[in-house]
Amino acid sequence: MASILRAMNLGKQVESGGQPLVILHEVSFTVEPGDSLAILGASGSGKSTLLGLLAGLDVPSSGTVYLDGVDIFSFDEDERARLRGRLAGFVFQSFQLLPALTALENVMLPLELRGASDARDRATAALQRVGLVARLSHLPKHLSGGEQQRVAMARAFVVQPKILFADEPTGNLDAATGGQIIDLMLELNGAQGTTLILVTHDEALAQQCGRQLHLAAGRIVP
Amino acid sequence: MLRRDWRTGEWRVLLIALVLAVGSIATVGLFANRVGLALQQEATSLLGADLRLVATHPFPPSYRAAALQRGLRVVEVVTFPSMVVYGQQNVLAEIQAAEEGYPLRGKIHIDDGTPHVAQGIPAPGTVWADKRLLQRMGLQLGNEVAIGALHMRVAARVVRDVDQSVGFASFSPRVLINAADLPASGLIQPGSRISYRILFAGDSAQLADLRAWLKGRLLAGEKLEDVRDARPEIRTALERAEHFLGLAALTAVVLAGVAMALAASHFIMRHLDTCAMMRCLGATQAQVLRIFMVQFLLLGGFAILLGGLLGYAAQSALVQSIEAMREAALPPPGWLPLWQAAASGMALLFGFAFLPLWQLKRVPPLRVIRRELGMPPARTGLLYVSGAAVLSVLFLWQAGSLKLGLTVLAGLIAGMLLFGLLAWLAVRTLTWLPLRGSHAFANLARHGRTNALQIVALSLGGMALLLLTFVRADLLESWRSRMPPNAPNRFIVNIQPDQRAAINNFFTQQQLPAPQLFPMVRGRLIAINNHPISGNNYPEARARALVEREFNLSWSDQLPTDNALVQGAWWGQGASSVLSVEEGIAKTLGINMGDTLTYDVAGSSFSAQVVNLRKVQWDSMQVNFYVITAPDMMKDFPASYLTSFYLPADKAQASDALIKAFPNLLLIDTDAVIEQVRQIIAQIAKTMSAVFLFTLLSGLAVLYAALLATQDERIHQAAILRTLGADSRYLRRLHLTEFAVLGALSGLFAAAGGTLLGWVLAIKVLEIPYHSSALIWLVGVGGGIVTVTLAGWLATRRVAQMSPLQVLQSV
Ligand SMILES: Nc1ncnc2c1ncn2[C@@H]1O[C@H](COP(=O)(O)OP(=O)(O)OP(=O)(O)O)[C@@H](O)[C@H]1O
Ligand SMILES: [Mg+2]
Repeated sequence: MASILRAMNLGKQVESGGQPLVILHEVSFTVEPGDSLAILGASGSGKSTLLGLLAGLDVPSSGTVYLDGVDIFSFDEDERARLRGRLAGFVFQSFQLLPALTALENVMLPLELRGASDARDRATAALQRVGLVARLSHLPKHLSGGEQQRVAMARAFVVQPKILFADEPTGNLDAATGGQIIDLMLELNGAQGTTLILVTHDEALAQQCGRQLHLAAGRIVP
Repeated sequence: MLRRDWRTGEWRVLLIALVLAVGSIATVGLFANRVGLALQQEATSLLGADLRLVATHPFPPSYRAAALQRGLRVVEVVTFPSMVVYGQQNVLAEIQAAEEGYPLRGKIHIDDGTPHVAQGIPAPGTVWADKRLLQRMGLQLGNEVAIGALHMRVAARVVRDVDQSVGFASFSPRVLINAADLPASGLIQPGSRISYRILFAGDSAQLADLRAWLKGRLLAGEKLEDVRDARPEIRTALERAEHFLGLAALTAVVLAGVAMALAASHFIMRHLDTCAMMRCLGATQAQVLRIFMVQFLLLGGFAILLGGLLGYAAQSALVQSIEAMREAALPPPGWLPLWQAAASGMALLFGFAFLPLWQLKRVPPLRVIRRELGMPPARTGLLYVSGAAVLSVLFLWQAGSLKLGLTVLAGLIAGMLLFGLLAWLAVRTLTWLPLRGSHAFANLARHGRTNALQIVALSLGGMALLLLTFVRADLLESWRSRMPPNAPNRFIVNIQPDQRAAINNFFTQQQLPAPQLFPMVRGRLIAINNHPISGNNYPEARARALVEREFNLSWSDQLPTDNALVQGAWWGQGASSVLSVEEGIAKTLGINMGDTLTYDVAGSSFSAQVVNLRKVQWDSMQVNFYVITAPDMMKDFPASYLTSFYLPADKAQASDALIKAFPNLLLIDTDAVIEQVRQIIAQIAKTMSAVFLFTLLSGLAVLYAALLATQDERIHQAAILRTLGADSRYLRRLHLTEFAVLGALSGLFAAAGGTLLGWVLAIKVLEIPYHSSALIWLVGVGGGIVTVTLAGWLATRRVAQMSPLQVLQSV
């Protein structure tokens, strides 16, 4: 079976104060469908940068990424956006819900972007699954952090993505709420066969994933 | 800290908005100032001076000394009627003897073989005469005429004169001579009808100073006039133009206020965060306020400097780029508009951004942890109140006219309340709006950034712009209709009753429309309510002249077409012993409704009661009378008839034929005067269009700045959408829909407000007929959609180019 995700000599370099600053050095690895991968490392080691490149949210300085068999950097940003819409789900540390839309509308949004006709029913079902059916018409600012992250989870899963990218999804939550979110994520990973790419500081959490990748100063360390 | 905030871009939006606000106020202000000065200059050419003193006796030398001492330029002019003799012919002419330097304002155009602008005045021993005299006497340039004891050579023909008056004052041809010839002429004798004028020119401070000095010193029979006193037909045009310029300046202030309101609300939110943070770190209220205060002063000073420079540069660049403006050779602007722009900038900054920060006191430090917490409920209220207070003060200052300022201000406040209500309703009920696209898309388009504040602000700005557009059109229209191309340009006076039929025949023969002949009787007012009056009852020169001389009375069954009743009613057929008085002269002579006036006509007298007061359009070039009576009283008095008519240029020879056929008639040619007035009005109209263009451009700039304010949030929203799979087409469509909705709603509200306020302005302030127009709705909604979408597109163009990761990480 073809790898769902494959990073080849991925590097990122930025100009910082006139000096070139290498954030990521020649990173290569592959992930098979249905796997779960935890990316670990100290703060500033380049985890978020790597995740962003894997999802095509930014362009690398060198190397490339194959997502579901296609070289995503041979595409332009619009094509990458459509690819993301088709394949990927996202959960961020700071939730990133749209403040102008209700919980339900936030979850409907990716479905509508794909042109689904039953968006409302499916979004309602997804929110039911994360235990927020009573909060459908609330705006994000009226939800607690844990509730917002559960809405974000529902938004990520409602499209049944092949791959889920999560950047410290529990970073802003207390241990118990964070645990619930992780359980939800792993459960979906198991049930839907969704590939999971999880960035975390938390060694214990990382151990729940199938594989661990350690980053230090932008390099993979064994 | 300012530097750090600058890097994070927090101040940038506010600075851009403020620079553009100051810049646009300065641009419009400076330009309006220049136009105003130019109009004033143009108008003063009608008087030949900025200010003049008129009397029937020579002036004390102290007047001239006082003026010279104040740095003013001074010349004296003496005018008197005298016979001009050429061969066997005598013609009564108005001789004008001027000193070197005349005219102080405007130029005399002469033809001494080649037409050109005259330098100076006729050399001693020579005269410049107008066409009327040359034609009537068959004079050629170089011929010698006798005036009193003088023998003078006709050196030039006057093509265009300054200080002509419209109407009957200048029946006779005019001759300009050098004052140096006066003593030898022997014409200055006690008892001769001599009018003395002393002309002054200088800057407004010098003039005001002189006025103050003269006040109280003026002797009986001396009258001080500026162009407004002397030329009522120009006064109205000037006043309306000034109102329009005031309105343009106000529009610039409204637009600037809009930009600041939009930019500041975002800025305040961010600052409340910073403030909560500093409080957490142990800063006291006073410390925080002091820090902000210094920042604001620095920001304001910088923005004002930049905006002032920008405004000055924009204004001069625009003037250079408009050909008509280049030709007009506008005078340089004064400093006042720059001060006004600077003060407005500071006031806007403090009113909209700083004052709302006072509520910092109530921001709980806990806001750092829970953002949704610390928005004190009074936030928006205080913002609006302080902003509105600041704007109100600015308004009254910039309007230049209290009436205009108050009217527009009241309109804006009413608009603010109305638009606020409508916007609140609209944002809540927008679900009915059928938008193509999915549910979430539609909701994003409706609610994305379309909040009530934005709609209110844009509606107010739009209303001001629409007002300017339509008021301008109405003003131009009213001028065009007052001064139609076929306005009468000839008057015929002294038609005898038995010549009426023959005159009508003559006109038919010449294929000219038959003129309306007005009867005229010369009479003198001798009593009001049976109290005999004389010139001594009136200290004012004009009133005295009116009482001492006979003036023209007419009778009619009907109200003349271009007159309007101000008080009372017109009489019906067969009315007896009633009369109608023009309101201006009624005021001068202290005549009221119901008074009984007694007139002396050729030795016999009649009395009649004032039953109405009329308003007369003196600029209409029609024959008009101060006093009109019912027909019954005057039928038996010796009357002559007069008329005015339009003589096309290609039939000019008809006037010679007329004089030949009826030698007793006096034909007055007012073409030159009409041309002069028309030129001034054309110039006013042209500059009004340019001012309008300026305001429109600055409106766009300000709108752009305002929309920049929401750019951060828009960029963030776009990053999330792109992460979820939205492509740039989707984003573009979303933004365009959002802006179109915002533009359409604001435009709709603006049109409603503009229609109402335009009506009030036209009727109450400008006193022009109001034309309701469906176009305002079309322009409002269409223009709203187009401009907001355009400005929005410009402001959010960059949104699609940012990497989503950068955006999401920076939050
Ligand atoms: N656009 C940029 N310009 C300059 N430096 C950058 C940029 N983006 C990232 N960096 C730097 O690259 C390094 C890695 O950043 P990254 O956000 O990937 O770290 P991280 O491992 O996710 O850290 P954390 O655990 O704190 O989230 C950091 O030192 C960061 O300062
Ligand atoms: Mg990170």
